[in-house]
This record gives sequence, structure tokens and C-alpha cells, in this order.
Amino acid sequence: MATPAPSTSWRSRLYRFDLKASPYAYIAPFFLCFAAFGLIPLVWTGWLSLHQVDLLTPDVQEWRGLGNYTRLWDSEQFWTALRNTFTIGVISTVPQLLMALGLAHLLNYRLRARGFFRVAVLAPYATSIAAATLVFVQLYNPDYGMINWALSAVGVERTDWFSDTWPSQIAISSIVTWRWTGYNALIYLAAMQAVPKDLYEAASLDGASRWQQFTRITIPSIRPTILFTIIVSTIGATQLFGEPMLFGGGVGVSGGSAHQFQTLSLYLYELGWPSRQLGRASAVAWTMLLILLLIGAINLLIARRNRAKLEG
Amino acid sequence: MSTLTTPRPAEAAGLGTPTPARRRFRAGAGDHDKAGPITYLLLGLAAVISLFPLYWTFVAASHTGERVALSPPPLLPGGELWTNISTVWNQAAMGQALLNSTIVAGLVALSTVMFSTLAGFAFAKLPFRGRNILLTLVVATMTIPPQLSVIPLYQIITDLKWGNQLQSVILPSLVAAFGVFFMRQYLAEALPVELIEAARVDGAHSLRIVWHVVFPIARPAMAVLGMLVFVQSWNDFFWPFVVLTQQNPTVQVALSAIGGGSAYDINQAVIMTGALVGTLPLLLIFAVLGKHIVGGITAGAVKS
Repeated sequence: MATPAPSTSWRSRLYRFDLKASPYAYIAPFFLCFAAFGLIPLVWTGWLSLHQVDLLTPDVQEWRGLGNYTRLWDSEQFWTALRNTFTIGVISTVPQLLMALGLAHLLNYRLRARGFFRVAVLAPYATSIAAATLVFVQLYNPDYGMINWALSAVGVERTDWFSDTWPSQIAISSIVTWRWTGYNALIYLAAMQAVPKDLYEAASLDGASRWQQFTRITIPSIRPTILFTIIVSTIGATQLFGEPMLFGGGVGVSGGSAHQFQTLSLYLYELGWPSRQLGRASAVAWTMLLILLLIGAINLLIARRNRAKLEG
Repeated sequence: MSTLTTPRPAEAAGLGTPTPARRRFRAGAGDHDKAGPITYLLLGLAAVISLFPLYWTFVAASHTGERVALSPPPLLPGGELWTNISTVWNQAAMGQALLNSTIVAGLVALSTVMFSTLAGFAFAKLPFRGRNILLTLVVATMTIPPQLSVIPLYQIITDLKWGNQLQSVILPSLVAAFGVFFMRQYLAEALPVELIEAARVDGAHSLRIVWHVVFPIARPAMAVLGMLVFVQSWNDFFWPFVVLTQQNPTVQVALSAIGGGSAYDINQAVIMTGALVGTLPLLLIFAVLGKHIVGGITAGAVKS
């Protein structure tokens, strides 16, 4: 790397300082912002989770030790919320990513109106959680909703999409799936287009069917992208809040009259705001963090084992 | 100095993805990747499922509340749209909400793009100690949900008496890990090191390089990132819902009150009108710039 003519020594010192310090100056805003609004509050939440704190008098903190956590452990509602978060998470991400994979495969064909199809499947992404949920609440209305009406036309009897556990969780998952399938499909599509074409040509010369090409070439080639979307959707699923909240209308905060679709995030909000118990809400937040760390560790293990298998 | 003001055209790098169709046609690989009727059928179905709820929102918003609550539901637009819009406008502070969301999403997009470009440039092209570890850290922060910071942030906002004010929604979102990573991926490929070195030889200090070399080359990616962040910020729900009230809401907070329903004399058609009015600005942006947004999402994904 060339250096400028050292006309004066302070000038070259300034130049060297600029070279050394400017990278840190450029990344500083991100890390300052993360420290102020992410890391410090995270640690503070952990501290609060060991106390009893009222929402209205947050400066009065009474030491509880692990009391908030043992109370969670004994609370039936907490386990319901944890179970709901898991089941809604599974039925909203697994079909979503599988459909996205199929959709990406279709979009990867040589198509007329390619641009239209791509923008069309992405339109739900432009629709907010709030708007989408309000619309689906109408569509799922048991008495006059479009979905029961269409189902009755094919002979399915009236389903109550709100008060029963499975129907309500399926309905909420369908909102998540509707909003994100197209987005994930486009991410897969981009990865698929980076797969070298001659791989497919060689395979079809060898007589591999389209399905075999899909499972033996496409899927292995885009495996890192698939892992990435799995991680992102898992994170999204653990913090699901707006959809169940607004789906429940007047009883949204409690996640339905029997908490049948209350997620951990909703439970956190119910404890912290309507019930004003910030300490217990903080304990829920830290439990979420522990769960995410656990999922991350499992992901890492699977990835490492896969790599070992590939190399071994 | 002419090398500084006329950098290599950015479109040489495109957005990282060469248009695949052209490549495929040139390859002339025969018919094996041409779409058949079943492909069109399935894609048509996917498009209908994606667009129908939006179409139906418009239909429901143009009928009376009584009509929407009758089975079978209406399938064609009616004539009540303007009545419903004025109801939603008067009862739910929708005008204020649209203005607030525009301000919040606009400022958040602007600042995220600026800071992300600076950080992305540093991570992509400037050598410094700890670069790789810090970049990993940036990506890792994406996994931390906002639920872990809302409680202390809420306390601080209350102490500052900032509850209900827009800066409490804007400040925590000034820069995003996703944006930093996005710009790094783009600049790593699109920005030739020789350009930076040439500028250095000319005696340019690094801010000057950012202004005259990095920004012109990063412009297409900055535009795409700006749109993505705008959409994300416009649709953000959890934190605005916690910290804002109906006196000074964003669109999403206003919609949550319309859906909650009890405070207003609001029927189903008016709820759908609220959803329509709150979504329309973004749908218009999509109709005009959809192609670029699609390109941006696919470009950001390839190397992740």
C-alpha cells in the first residue's frame, strides 16, 4: 500500500490515525445502539427478574432471588404458553418453509409473467401483522366468514376457529404462513439460481428425473440457505406476539378465554402490563433467552454433525 | 481527482445477481426447464392465495357493516368505500397515524441506511483488528428478540416522560444488524479495493473516500435497503404497541385499537377499511417498486 509524500510529520501521523481509527468510528454507531437498546436492557431485565417490581413504581424493587422462576415453574399458564409457542411455531414454520421450497422450484422454471408471479407472492410481506390479522379474523369468523362458507360448500361442518385449541392455533399459523411463504420462496429462488446449470444438464444426461434432480442437486446445493431460513423462522416463531394478540380481539392479551393460543410473548405482556408485575415478566423474558440459546446450541450440534458426515 | 468523482459504474456489479433468464436462454439447454401447464396452474393458485385476502379487504371495505356480516360474504365491491373511510378517519386518528408512521419509517430507514453503509464499508473493505469477530457479533445480535429489552426500555421512556412520543419508537431502531450485514455483502463484491487505494494515494482522508467512492457505488443497494427497512419499520408492532397510545399512534397501533373494537362504534366493514388504509401506502410502493424489492431480497440472500 502506497503512502502519500510525508510533507510534514503531523500530516502523516494524522493519515495513519485516520487509517487506524476510522473503521472503528464507522462501526461504532451500530455497537453503541446495540449496547444502549439491546445489551444493557437485556442484562437489566435479568436483574429485574430476581425482584418484585410494580409497573407503576419501577424504582421500588424487592429482592426475590429465584422466586419468580420457581413461580413460573409451578404455573400452569406458563407451561400452556410454552406449549402453545412450540406447537404454533411448528405448524407455522414447517409447512411454510416446505411450501416456500416448492414455490421457489416452480418460480425457477422458464416462465412467462415471471415478474408478476414474484411480486404477487411477495405482496403479503407488505401487509402488516395488524392488517393481515384483522383481515383473517373476518375470514375465519365462524358465522359469516369466507372460510367456513367455503368449507360448508364441500360438506365440512361449522368450525369454531377461535375457542377450540387446534383450530385457533391453525388459524393463527395460517396468518404467519401467508405473510412469510413468498418471502422465503424468493430467498430460496436466489440460492437456486446460483446452482451451476451444468450440474442439471449432466444429471439429465445420466437419466435423472426432475424429482431426483430436485432432491439430489437442488436441496444439497442450497442447504446453507435452508439452515439460515430455519434459524430466522425459529427466532420469529419464539417471539410471536401481534398475531395471537389481535386474533383474540377483546380477550387477545390472555390468548383466548382458556389461554388456548397464548404465546410466551403474550404471557410476558400480560404479566408486565395488565397485571403490572414487571419482575415476573422479566423472568419470562429470560426464560425465552435460555430457550433460544438451547435451540442455537442444538442447531450448532446438528450443523457440526452434518459437516462431520460430509467430510467423513 | 477525476478518479474520485467518476467511479466505475455501479451497475457493473448489479445487485449481485445476473438476470438468470437471459443466462438460461443463452445456454439454450433445450426444454428441460421450461414451465409446463401444471407449473402455471400451481403458480396461479399461489398468486390467488397471496392476493385474494387483499382483494377481499377492499371488497369488505366498500360495503356496509351489515352486508359484510351476512353469509354468503360479498365477492364484488360495493359503494360504501368513502363513507367507511371517513368513519375510520374520524374515529381512529387514522390521519395522525399515517403521518406518524411515515415520519417514523422514513427517519428509521434514512438513519439505518447511513449507519449500515458506513459499518458495511468498514467490515467489507477496511482492515482492522477484531474485524471477523465483530462481524460475527453483529450477525449474532439478530437472534436476540426485542422482548428481552422492552421492560427496562419502558422504564427509561417513562422516566424521561417520553411515553407516547415518536422518538421513543425511532431511537431504538436507528441502525439494524440486518442492514450492516446486507451492505457488507454488497460492498464486498461491488467495491474494488483499487479505487480506495487510488483515492488514498491522492491524499483523500477516509470520510472523503466514503462520500466520493463508497456512496456512489453503494447507491443501488442503499435504495433497496431503504425500502426494506421502511416496510419493516412501517409494519413494526410489538414495541410501538407497548409504548404508544391512541393519542399519538402509528398505523399499527391504531389498527390494534380498531381490532380491539370496544372503545369505538366500529363495525366489520370499518375494521376492513382501517386495514385497507393502513396497508395501501405500502401496496402502492410495492406496485411501483416491487421488482427492485424482489431483487434486493434475492441479492441479500445468496451469500448468507
